[in-house]
Formats: sequence, C-alpha cells, structure tokens
Amino acid sequence: MTLPEPATAALADLRAGRLDAAQYRHNFCDVYPPLSLAQARVEADRCYYCFEAPCQTACPTGIDIPSFIQRIADNNIRGSAHAILSANPLGGMCARVCPTEVLCEEACVRNSNEDKPVEIGQLQRYATDAYFAAPGKPLFTRAAATGRTVAVVGAGPAGLACAHGLARLGHAVVVFDANAKPGGLNEYGLATYKTVDNFAQREVEWLLSIGGIDIRNKSALGRDVTLEQLTKDYDAVFLGLGLAGVNSIGIPEPKANGIHHAVEFIAQLRQAHDYAQIPVGRRVVVIGGGMTAVDAAVQSRKLGAEEVTIVYRRGEEAMSASAHERDWARTNGVLVRLWAAPKEILTHNGRVTGVRFAHTQQAGDRLQETEETFTLQADMVLKAIGQSLVDAPLGSMLELQGGRIVTDAKGATVHPKVWAGGDCRVGGRDLTVEAVEHGKVAALAIHAAIGA
Amino acid sequence: MADLCTEFLGIKSPNPFWLASAPPTDKEYNVVRAFEAGWGGVVWKTVGEDPHIVNVYGPRYGALMGNDRRVIGFNNIELISDRPLRTNLDEIRRVKRAWPDRAMIISIMVPCEEESWKRILPMVEDTGCDGIELNFGCPHGMSERGMGSSVGQVPEYIEMVARWCKTYSKLPVIVKLTPNITDIRYPARAAKAGGADAVSLINTINSVMGVNLETMTMSPSVGKQGSHGGYCGTAVRPIALNMVAEIARDPQTAGLPISGIGGVHTWHDAAEFIALGAGTVQVCTAAMVYGFRIVQDMCDGLSNFMDEQGYTKVSQMVGKAVPSITGWSNLNMNHIEKAVIRQDSCIQCGRCHVVCEDTSHQAITAMKDGKRHFEIKEDECVGCNLCVSVCPVPDTITMRTLAAGEIDQRTGKAVPGHYANWTTHPNNPMRVAV
Repeated sequence: MTLPEPATAALADLRAGRLDAAQYRHNFCDVYPPLSLAQARVEADRCYYCFEAPCQTACPTGIDIPSFIQRIADNNIRGSAHAILSANPLGGMCARVCPTEVLCEEACVRNSNEDKPVEIGQLQRYATDAYFAAPGKPLFTRAAATGRTVAVVGAGPAGLACAHGLARLGHAVVVFDANAKPGGLNEYGLATYKTVDNFAQREVEWLLSIGGIDIRNKSALGRDVTLEQLTKDYDAVFLGLGLAGVNSIGIPEPKANGIHHAVEFIAQLRQAHDYAQIPVGRRVVVIGGGMTAVDAAVQSRKLGAEEVTIVYRRGEEAMSASAHERDWARTNGVLVRLWAAPKEILTHNGRVTGVRFAHTQQAGDRLQETEETFTLQADMVLKAIGQSLVDAPLGSMLELQGGRIVTDAKGATVHPKVWAGGDCRVGGRDLTVEAVEHGKVAALAIHAAIGA
Repeated sequence: MADLCTEFLGIKSPNPFWLASAPPTDKEYNVVRAFEAGWGGVVWKTVGEDPHIVNVYGPRYGALMGNDRRVIGFNNIELISDRPLRTNLDEIRRVKRAWPDRAMIISIMVPCEEESWKRILPMVEDTGCDGIELNFGCPHGMSERGMGSSVGQVPEYIEMVARWCKTYSKLPVIVKLTPNITDIRYPARAAKAGGADAVSLINTINSVMGVNLETMTMSPSVGKQGSHGGYCGTAVRPIALNMVAEIARDPQTAGLPISGIGGVHTWHDAAEFIALGAGTVQVCTAAMVYGFRIVQDMCDGLSNFMDEQGYTKVSQMVGKAVPSITGWSNLNMNHIEKAVIRQDSCIQCGRCHVVCEDTSHQAITAMKDGKRHFEIKEDECVGCNLCVSVCPVPDTITMRTLAAGEIDQRTGKAVPGHYANWTTHPNNPMRVAV
C-alpha cells in the first residue's frame, strides 16, 4: 500500500535561525552541569571504598575508583586526577561520555542498598575539571628517550591514549590525522551538550603537554601517507583509524536538499560558532538506532525542529543506543518508531519532502519487510545507520574480519610492526573508554616489542 | 502520652531538657526564646565578679565537620558572662518570674576565696532562681586565672567550695565537673563530701580543632595565634556517657543526682544519659547548630519512646542501664558470639572481609565457588564485632550467641554453661579460687 504524496510537500521547511540567541544558549549548554564543591564532597562521602571494588572491575580502563573518590573527599584533587589519568589519559572526556549506567555505576554496590549508585562519572568529571583548571607541575613525566619512534594513525581516543602511553615510556611519537583538529570522535562525533567549552581540545592540549608527541593534522592514510611507508620509516605503527566510512541506507538516494549523514550533521554542530547558522528541518526523520541517531535527533530538536522521529528497523531492545540514551531522546521530545525500514526518499523540486517506510517483522532469524507502508513527512532526513572502516589504505597487509582489523588482545595485527585499536578493531563495543584501553595496552605491547 | 515532667533536687521542669550554661543562655532575650521554644530549664551562663571579663572579638568557635558539613564536634574559647553582674541578676529575676514553671539554675564562677563566694551567693539567691551550678569545668581562659577547670582538677578545692556554698546558701548546689582529669570519680566524691546536692558533667574537653596548613596556624585563631578551646558536641558523647556511668556505679557516689551533659543532639542521646543515671540532661551544641526548636523533636522522640516502652515518668528510666556496666574482670569469659552475614541483604562491598583480613582475624571469605561472596569462617571468628561496626547496611551483619554445649568451631570445645570471669581464669597469675 502506498500513500499519496503529502499535500504539504510544497511547503518543505528547511532553514536556520529558528530560535533566538537565548534559546540556543540554553539548548546547547552543559547537559549535566558539573558538581559544585559541596555536591562533590557529599557524593564522594557516599562511596563505600569497597574491597576489590566492582566499579573498578567494570571500568574498561580499570580506574581505581575508590581511591580517586576518597581523594576528592580528602581534598587531594591532584592525587584524584592522578588516579584517574594514570589509568585513562582521556578520563576527562570519558567522565562525560561513558555510558556509566552500564559500566561503573551499574556495578556500584549502592544499587543493592538503595537503588542509587554513587555518581562516579560526575565525580570523575569533578576531579579532572578541577585538576585541568590548575594543573601545576606535570602529573606524568617521560622516561629517558629510547631513540625509538612510533607512528600513530588517527588522533582519536585510541591513538591519543597510545601516543601518551608511548611518550611516557620515552618513545618519540608522530601522530597522523586526516582532520584539521586532533581528537577524532571526541572533537567531531559527540553531541555538543555533552562536551562544552572546547573541552576536547583542552584535553588534547593537556595530553600533548607530556612532550614527545608530534601531531600532523590533515594527513590522511592512503592520501598523504601509506601504511607500507610508515612501517618502513618507523619502529612501529599503531592504527586508531576509527570508522571513517558511513553505511548506505540500501535504497536509492535522490539528489536533493535536506538529506545528510547524521555524523556530518553532528560534526557541523560541533564545529559551529553560531548555532543560528545551522539549517534544520521543521520535520526531521532520523534513520538508525544508535547513539549517533540519538545525538542527531536530539540536536535537531534543540535547533528548533518541531517534529523529530527516529525510525529503526527492529525492536527497541536491538537498538545500540542505551536505555539511558533512548530515554534522553524521548525526554527531548523525539518520537521513536520501531519495526520500520526505509523504502523511498520522497522529493519535490530538489528538496526532500518525506520518507516512505515499510513495516518490518521478525521471521525466524531474518528481518522481513511487510507489504504495509507508511510515509513520514520530512524537511530533513538524517542517515545514522552505522559507520564502517575505510579499508582501502590497508591494502592486503592486515587481516580483516567483518570489516574490522583482526588483532590479539594487546592489539597486535598479523603484521609484526603494526598494532591497532579502537573502533577499527574487531570485537569491541565502540566505546570511547574501550578505545582508550586499546591504545593504552597497545602502547605497552609496542614498548615490549621494540625494546628500549 | 508519657509525662516528661522532671523533678531534680526538688526543682521541677516540664521536661528533662535544660540548656547548659553557655552562649545560648547568655541573656534574657535568648532564654525567653528558649522557653518559648519549649526548653524545660536553663543553666544561666556563668556569672562572675565585677569588673566583668571581656571576650575576644574574633573567632570563638570552631567545628569538626563531616564532608556534608554536618557538625560532629564543636569547640569554643568564650569565657564566662561578659556583662555586669547586676545586669544578669536583674534579667534572671524577670525571666524566672515570667516563667515560673521552668528550671532556672545560675552558674557561678568566682575566685577560690571564701569571701568571694560569701559575697555573691546571697545576690544570686535573691533572684528567685531554683539552684546554683558551680562552674569548675571551663578549660580555657578562666583556668589560667585559677578558676574553672583548675578548681575542678583539685578534689580538695571542689570539696571546700561546695561546702562554702552549702554554708552560705540554701539553694541546691550542683557541681559541674571537668573531664580534663584522669579519674572522674575523685572530683565527684569530693563534691559529695563537700555537701553538693548533685554533679553535672561533662564540661568541655581541652582541644585544638585543627591547623590551617597553608599558614601553619592553629584553627580557628585570633589573628596569628589561637588558644585551646573546650570540645563538645556529638563526638564527646561516649566520653561523657562513660564518666556519668563511672559516678553512677561508684559505691561512694551511687545515688548522687547527676545532670548529664555532653553531645546530646537527640532524644536517643538524652535517654542514654538518663539510663546511665542522669536525672536531667543539659544541651548546648545542638541548640547552637540548629536553634532552639530542636527541643521539640527531642521531647517528641523521648515521649514516643517512653510510650512504646511503657514508661510513664522519666524517673522510671533513670539509672536503669547502670547495672549493665562493670569492670572488665567481671566479664563472662564463657560467653561466645560469632558474626553472621545475611546473604539476602549483603551488598557485596567487601569491607567486612578486608578489615577482618587486614586488621583482625582472617575470619571472612571473599570468594566462594569463584564468585564474590562474604561469609563468616566460624573456625576463625573471635566474635570481635569489627565487621558489624563497618558494615554499611543495617542488620546485615549480626552477632549470634553460642548456646551452652554448642561446639565453638575455633577452639573445638563446647561452650561452658556457667559464668566464669578473669579473676578465676587459669591464665591469671593473680587468680582466686572459684
């Protein structure tokens, strides 16, 4: 069944400046305001300082959480920051973006006692913010120079963590990154309200302050450098490439205004100096079911879109956006529609006007489209159905599986001089904190392999 | 509804909660507000001879706080009343006349000379007050001038001054004791020997609240130097309870009326003092932290507790727990307990395990069948109660008393059914025959 083209198509409404300056400021401010000193002290006091703390076990980077919280409580901010950053050099960003409700805070024993965990993420942010505000002398120093140089490709969480680890061990590091600024997804891929005040760049600046790390922006693998050459020029290579490609939605995409990749929309917002300059549809349809879909949908609402709908082809439990993120989307007035797959993007006079979807159903192991369809009017369509590894620059040097690089537990690939970590590696959960752990562990493995 | 009316040395008050001699009872304005709020009585802030003393005009108080800034301990360096004696006496007369049902005790501190006491006592008595309290306790300032705790630290002086007061006044005499001594029983005995009608305790404890580590100056300080102050508040309560109990169970002072002081913040605290022999309680820090209306919560709680327990008068509770306190050598060595961890409410924090493992008897597991699991090892447990003391969940670790005849897994021996203490223990070189 096909519904007729909407009569309102001609009125397609995609424009910037829907809100006034105060509304933009309000909408894009810090989503979880930082704890005050008084709040941090009270919250820190709630930590039971558990034996072999379950929260620490649940943290992919193994931060000694009871210690960093105890150090907040006893007013030793430098010590608290050291406990965090020695295990996770991007602990400031992780405090903001980690899905703590399924990691440390899920493991907190307070859940059993009173159904309210210690706010570990917020405390971690408190400690790192307070430390970065007045860092004093360096927390970490470099070991004596080893004379070895390692190439890191990608200045995202994995690459930066690896670079920092290698620099601490006394190696020289050259980081190649395709973008204009370092940070990877921390800089380009997160909703603005999760990391305000240019925090991603401030964190990178701190991380680089250890010295010995040379960042080369706008240097893309395959365009400006080749993997083969890197393996010849450097003692080792770490690939923290992320997933730079975007998946196709699997139906023909007409050339029309208002159709965008969600990741580009998110990056545009992160780099914007003035939100009033960013166009958004009055009605927005976001296709996909992950964190990217949620970040794009919620930010559309915050730019002033009236109706925003996330459409996902399976049931809610299959969405990779966490329950917390799904709640966040709904709290922000986003409608989540399940069991529907895009069939056709509708356009009129070169502008998108809507999307026709087919209802889907589970048929055994397979997802099946039904004959029944419906159309959502849309002035803007955001595609958020996942990213993929751009594997062309890797040639045949590495083994891939399911489109990602195969490594051992420490990040070693089949090539003796190449390690990999972060989202580009097989077997991860696509978490920032996990990428940091990959980089950290790989740095130790590289150190062991290249000697000192 | 339980009757909270109290009669102490013949002095009646509508409840046992008196404000202690301290800043809250400094003048008419405060005391009237206190009575309006419901306090059963006050001990007027200590009066002395003219010319009146002066206080510092800088920090007089300091606090020990938890991370939520809840006051745990408190100290002060305020001296006795810094107003003319006549002003105080006129106000006391007016307030007592306006509030005849409330207890009005006047705290006095004058030099340790008979003439001084002989001179002030008639003036005090003339106000119509109900009794006097001799301030032999303040540990700061006045003690440097030979008064306050410097009197309270010498039993002979206590006895002497108490006798003067009984000689030159018809009023009931309460001697307020300083805890800054080694054995509280000696000053209490001296007070009794001098004819005092009651003792009140504890006064404050010598203390330095802290050090500002940036300036390396004690804190709080008056400019560049501070002076030790008197410590009070919740943190001192266990010390005060012990001293009250020591006096209550000392054969030489048993039955001597006691007004209990030291960290009373709730009805529960007050009931503990009463159970250990106090006929009334005196409060200061709670009022200084929360204001006077806190007395309403104290009265309400005490009344509800008494109703639940079937007490109709406060006097029925006085001293009821005193027989439960004894010397260590009277403790039953054949009484054996073991800790028990309730698995259904254990939240798995593991603190019981780590403190037992690190600091006690290695009697709690951390793991069972490869899983995090905390359970008592009865063959190691000595029943010390440490795990109970650190467990964050109420009623999750409890102590179980082994029945007579039950095998103690630690020793492999059956629990004897009879009482036996250290005095007859085989390991005691000084043992006596059973």
